[in-house]
Amino acid sequence: MENARFKPLEYAFWACTLLPFVVTPAYLSLGSQIAITALFALSLDLILGYAGLVSLGHAAFFGVGAYAAGLIAKHYWTEPLSGLVVAAIAAGIAGYVLSHIVVRFRHLALIMLTMGFGLLLFEAANSASDLTGGADGLQGFHVPGVLGFKFDMFGRTAYAYALAVLFLCFLVARRIIHSPFGLALRGIRENAARMPAIGAPNLAHLRKAYTMAAVMAGIAGAVLTHTTSTVSLETLSFGRSADVLVILILGGAGRLYGGIVGAIIYMVARDQFSGVAPQYWYFWIGLLLVAVVMFLPNGILGGLSALRKKSQ
Amino acid sequence: MLSSLAGVLFDGFAYGMLLFLLAVGLSVTLGMMNFVNLAHCSFAAVGGYCTVTVVNRLGWNFLVALPIAFVVGALIAVVLERALFRRLYRSSDLDQCLFTIGIAFMSIATFAWFYSTEPQSARIPSYLLGSFELLGRKFAVYRLFLMLMGLAITALLVLSIERTRFGAQVRAAVDNQRMARGLGIDVDRAFMITFALGGGLAALGGALAIEVIGLESTLPLSVILVYVLIVVAVGGLGSIRGSFVAAIVLGITDTAGKYYFPWLGAFLIYLVMVALLMWRPMGLFGKR
Repeated sequence: MENARFKPLEYAFWACTLLPFVVTPAYLSLGSQIAITALFALSLDLILGYAGLVSLGHAAFFGVGAYAAGLIAKHYWTEPLSGLVVAAIAAGIAGYVLSHIVVRFRHLALIMLTMGFGLLLFEAANSASDLTGGADGLQGFHVPGVLGFKFDMFGRTAYAYALAVLFLCFLVARRIIHSPFGLALRGIRENAARMPAIGAPNLAHLRKAYTMAAVMAGIAGAVLTHTTSTVSLETLSFGRSADVLVILILGGAGRLYGGIVGAIIYMVARDQFSGVAPQYWYFWIGLLLVAVVMFLPNGILGGLSALRKKSQ
Repeated sequence: MLSSLAGVLFDGFAYGMLLFLLAVGLSVTLGMMNFVNLAHCSFAAVGGYCTVTVVNRLGWNFLVALPIAFVVGALIAVVLERALFRRLYRSSDLDQCLFTIGIAFMSIATFAWFYSTEPQSARIPSYLLGSFELLGRKFAVYRLFLMLMGLAITALLVLSIERTRFGAQVRAAVDNQRMARGLGIDVDRAFMITFALGGGLAALGGALAIEVIGLESTLPLSVILVYVLIVVAVGGLGSIRGSFVAAIVLGITDTAGKYYFPWLGAFLIYLVMVALLMWRPMGLFGKR
């Protein structure tokens, strides 16, 4: 089992995440988008990268978290941290319920079922416009700030908030991955038939991992709601599920930093390219995907670590 | 409500035939090689744009454009299969999904580059437009045309799969690829031809679909792809009969849902799909 201690490079990485405050203050709102997306990708990594469960409907939990946080802010109170907890619980319940169905399937049926549940939730939110605002999204609430800091127009508080939540969740994910439970998940990914033979309850493990991933995705959605004070139907869309999958694969699935690195590259590239010609942005992301699958089967981080091993 | 039932069944059946054309190639190739090709609807878009070019720029007849669309779609499918897809037959589902999503993304941008993102249309000969009356109800001529085309192609497909030597090879490869190889069947060649036929049929479907669902550059990853996947997953991999039944049921359910319960949107379709897959993960007619 690899060493669970923080390495120097990791300290350096997290120190670098503070740089945008001084170096690129104009891009802080992009920074908080990246942090939220990175957290979402990290949650997918728990089930896809470590447990080997493919999901094309992970936005369902992101959306449940986002709508839960939005509904609380609109109808009850606007304090974000307690809203975050409620959103996490809501997403967790959704994940726990769905996990009982999802973990039993494999291959095309699994892909279609996760996609189907995602689409179902999207349609349900679209139809229940009294509750969710339908296609216009949930509006009419304002989250003033967090822990006494106001959300300013430069996005300083928003970035700090998103970054802090990402970091805390990252520590939790790291703890999970390095625990015996995390090892069991990797065992299921590598050989689902052999694990029960050594007494590991496969389905129970997968259900647990699925629920944890749902909680984390819900937290990411709730942070998005708090920092933007609106919830759009897009949070539940198939496009978001596909995007996060692309991001995770790009960075490298099954690696703690895969989702974070993927989110940084994807979001910055999209911000730059789509400004020029949004309809052609898809060409480059498609080419990138094809190249990653063909030449970098473990994503960018996997390619880098292979390079490092070779040079040593 | 009952009086509209005939119209709904008629339109739904025509729509189902369209979905069948779009999906049948994917179903058979998935059954043979377990290759999850999410770029399948790119072939439909190829057929659509090919028809638009032939009809609007060259001024040829729509009926001439259809076989051209089929041939172009099949050729592009062969090239892609030989150059790219064949490397991925042993990869994981996830890699195949991502790779083909990447191809679909690139095709979307390419169509947008050449044809802009505006919806396109192709001129249809006047004798295919309008409607005819039967028992006091009006039916669209084009939908009847769709239905006849679909039925003719289905009959041709079933005959060639059930009666020809090539069809026997395909069936053997779907049932047990390794055993078929062991018996000396050239599965790779059979697969290539099947893939080409599937791509061609999807292109033909895309060409026929312009008049029904329109043609935009985002077609490869639109809701049509979801419907095609539903047809494949519910019908069962590699089963032409299953795809046919699933496509007709889906077409009629979708049309009826839009007519009678418009507020439900596509909710009903997804609900039926999820329930069916939970009940039979291998599809209605799937074997594995």
